Amino acid sequence: MSNPLIVPITMPKWGLSMQEGKVVEWLAEEGAQLKLGDQVLDIETEKIANTFEALDAGVLRRIVAQPDEVLPIGALLGVLAPVEVSDAEVDEFITEFQKNYVPPAPAEEGAGDGYQFVEAGDYKLRYSKLGEGERVVILLHGFGGDAAGWLFNQAPLAANATVYALDLPGHGQSSKTLQDSSVQHLAATVVAFMDALEIAKAELVGHSLGGAIALQAAVDHPNRVSALALIGSAGLGAEINAGYINGFIAAESRKEIKPLLEQLVANADLINRTLINDILQFKRIDGVTEALTAIAKGFQDGAGQTVNLRAHLDGLDIPIKVIWGSKDAIIPASHASGLPAKVSVTVLDGFGHLVQLEAAAEVNKLLA
Amino acid sequence: MARKITYQQAINEAIDQEMARDENIVLMGEDVVGGSGSDGEMDAWGGVLGVTKGLYGKYGDRIMDTPISESGFVGAAVGAAASGLRPICELMFIDFMGVCFDQIFNQAAKFRYMFGGKAETPVVIRTMYGAGFRAAAQHSQCLYPLFTHIPGLKVVLPSSPYDVKGLLIQAIRDNDPVIFCEHKVLYTLEGDVPEESYTIPFGEANIVREGDDVTIVAFGRMVQQAMKAAATLAKEGISCEVIDPRTTSPLDEDSILESVENTGRLVVVDEASPRCGMAADISALVARKGFSSLKAPIEVVTPPHTPVPFNGKLEDLYVPNPDKIAAAVRATAGYKA
Repeated sequence: MSNPLIVPITMPKWGLSMQEGKVVEWLAEEGAQLKLGDQVLDIETEKIANTFEALDAGVLRRIVAQPDEVLPIGALLGVLAPVEVSDAEVDEFITEFQKNYVPPAPAEEGAGDGYQFVEAGDYKLRYSKLGEGERVVILLHGFGGDAAGWLFNQAPLAANATVYALDLPGHGQSSKTLQDSSVQHLAATVVAFMDALEIAKAELVGHSLGGAIALQAAVDHPNRVSALALIGSAGLGAEINAGYINGFIAAESRKEIKPLLEQLVANADLINRTLINDILQFKRIDGVTEALTAIAKGFQDGAGQTVNLRAHLDGLDIPIKVIWGSKDAIIPASHASGLPAKVSVTVLDGFGHLVQLEAAAEVNKLLA
Repeated sequence: MARKITYQQAINEAIDQEMARDENIVLMGEDVVGGSGSDGEMDAWGGVLGVTKGLYGKYGDRIMDTPISESGFVGAAVGAAASGLRPICELMFIDFMGVCFDQIFNQAAKFRYMFGGKAETPVVIRTMYGAGFRAAAQHSQCLYPLFTHIPGLKVVLPSSPYDVKGLLIQAIRDNDPVIFCEHKVLYTLEGDVPEESYTIPFGEANIVREGDDVTIVAFGRMVQQAMKAAATLAKEGISCEVIDPRTTSPLDEDSILESVENTGRLVVVDEASPRCGMAADISALVARKGFSSLKAPIEVVTPPHTPVPFNGKLEDLYVPNPDKIAAAVRATAGYKA
């Protein structure tokens, strides 16, 4: 039995399709004292390159995986432990871990990508489900996003919960023809999704437009929503970067879309070729431009947001968290101020609109 | 986007979805129905490699077998396009285009210009090209540079199942004549393809792989070969950016020039003959507009200037392969002035 103070750092699973990742560079040295969210190492996958942030506090006692090593998910990268744990114990832990580690079986041909479809309301909706816990969480992406955008969040949250991520109508691989593009209708669609999967009650985590939808769902269907987490959320104030919304709808090429997507993050390196390609592939599908145009009109008018649900927060008798990146260039972090006292507000310094991607460890901790 | 289908299935699906959407679309060519000509689907072959199999049963008279007379049926397709239909015309092998150059070069490509912009010719001419089938000199050529040379034609070289579906739908919806070149070796290539209809704009290159040391511009089947070379070179510490222009006309010059601005080194890979081909064209473009970015001479990887050999060993030597591409990249990466 190894010392419970010893914590392994393992290859994360970023997104449903990730099988392995490459260690690019360690950003912390052996012996460094790490706190939650500290940058530990850069990892590159087929889809994305990102910095792995500490999920636990502790001293980085050992770097196990070397730069350029390609390792399957769950493989040992390094070891955290307090200084009082002896080197021998750390070594023993590593030996034990490596002996017992079994890489996950590679996905079988035709086994699918982990997504499923369900008929809900008037739509075919794509979703993924991870985890088994009694706690049920539904992740709602923002305008132009999809379920895959939660790649740094869904699996960590699923450690002790059943976590769904879905493609809203008009998005991802869900139906592209909308019956109605209002926030109320989209909120009703989320409830229809819950009906279809026989989910009585769930916590809704919404990003951006998804936040407004989550909040609207809680207002309209109070007995179905047990808690809210609103990240860089729409629906809490008037200002919005309309140039981004209109530009995103109109953009047809890599050159047009890249500078727009870079507005979503404080660190523009996150916007890589794969991410841009995925978004262009989505935008090229028949019906998407029409759907996005309609949805955009459902919550803003080119000058500002037209759906303000701030006044409803007082009346909701459920836990509500509001999370924002201080450098959000789409919806300003000032919308996190002046909220009722019962709302737990966290503004994470130095991150942009996609704070759940840029500061995944901190956001996951807040959502846990 | 988890569903994987082949390049060939992606072509079939694009035609199917477009024919269902617009009844003005017709498909014509040698054996596109195939078989004995009865109306059953069972004996309708759907072309020499079965690419259009299954469509005859769905669309009946909108799919027409033509006589072995390219000059006749290509002319008919061009005329039909000029008078309201949107024909997809299959000319089995690009090698046979010679007999209908007038219909393509001098008629289809020129109508818009000769009739004061009032005439449109929304015809797609689908055709197979390329070596690798031991099919000898008359069934293996890469003649797309000839069409790229003609103003008024759009020329498309899809390199993946995803691209072939989106580019074919774009071609069908385009109001100008499009020469749509399908590499026969790619027909069995599998890849992720969305079930829904989508379009890929012409003149937008695909950055297939990002890199900092050397830019590789590759066309059609050569994109796969360049990617294999890039994977090998990555292990040697040479980082390649692989660009697939997707269309030779229009050509996305900016993406090529921007990449060379970053890398300073260029290798162009083309399966067409070297003289007056895409390799020469891209080299000239970069030498002229990107000269100040270049740190080394431009390298090209093409076949020799000979007909495609019938002998299998010689054919394998003829076609550019990952080893030859890697050697060219090493040459430019290691260049010392």
